[in-house]
Amino acid sequence: MWAWIQKFSSPKYFYDMSAKLIPWFAIPALVIGVYGLYLGFFVAPTDYQQGESYRIIFIHVPAAWMSLFIYMVMAISAGIGLIWQIRLADVIAASSAPIGASFTFVALVTGSLWGKPMWGTYWVWDARLTSELILLFLYFGYMALQASIEDQRMADKASGLLAIVGVVNIPIIHYSVEWWNTLHQGATVTKLDKPSIHIDMLIPLLLMALAFKLFYATMVLVRARNEALYRDRNRRWVRELVEKL
Amino acid sequence: MNGSEFSWSEFFAMGGYAFFVWTSYGLTFAVIALNIIMPVMHRKKVINRVKRAIRREQLQQ
Repeated sequence: MWAWIQKFSSPKYFYDMSAKLIPWFAIPALVIGVYGLYLGFFVAPTDYQQGESYRIIFIHVPAAWMSLFIYMVMAISAGIGLIWQIRLADVIAASSAPIGASFTFVALVTGSLWGKPMWGTYWVWDARLTSELILLFLYFGYMALQASIEDQRMADKASGLLAIVGVVNIPIIHYSVEWWNTLHQGATVTKLDKPSIHIDMLIPLLLMALAFKLFYATMVLVRARNEALYRDRNRRWVRELVEKL
Repeated sequence: MNGSEFSWSEFFAMGGYAFFVWTSYGLTFAVIALNIIMPVMHRKKVINRVKRAIRREQLQQ
């Protein structure tokens, strides 16, 4: 079992395998994304309260979900790297951070642009918005530690520890709309009873969420391939590979 | 967009929310584009760096 994990998590094996996987994520991401946008703009009805402004939901909510999902992937990978010293896990964690930060940024900015016409303000220091902003700083902190520590193993340890400690922020973001009084509306989809959203709005929302997830899968593989090359730049397999390019 | 006839100008107006909707979508596309371009450029940088290191070592020998 251990030998099996060692083989499949070797950066060289990953580099070769991931090349074949990427198109299986990239093409569905594009197709589903385009179809989701089509349904979101041309099929989903106008909201009776928010008019057309609600159409920001089709990127805002999937981006916010991704900001949490990628953080969990990053923290779990960093944990696996810390405990079992699997180098590929640290590569995945390091490659996830900039993508997670991007989605967090998109969630914050689109939320702000939705907040202005609906709440009358671009920003309030309430629980949901503040905890999401802290998430962005956690990603930045992870990336800063990765970039500033010369020794790669030390960098992985320090940034991994930050990622794991930062997990406490995740349930805070999720439950913030229940625990505190906030301008931010409550969950529309992830409720145990029926989601309080029209089915023609729900389908494009879920399609966009799937497209974002596939986009992340694509880009984390692309970035992890770069990272694997860079980290093994003095090893023979990278030398041999580069000479052929 | 439940009017009897579809019009593009009405579509782009977004019921008066054009600025907020289109800025949101435009910015998201920009971030996605950057997320595609940056790793592609980074790959070239890493490969060039390794190539240079190989050449340097060959010169030293």
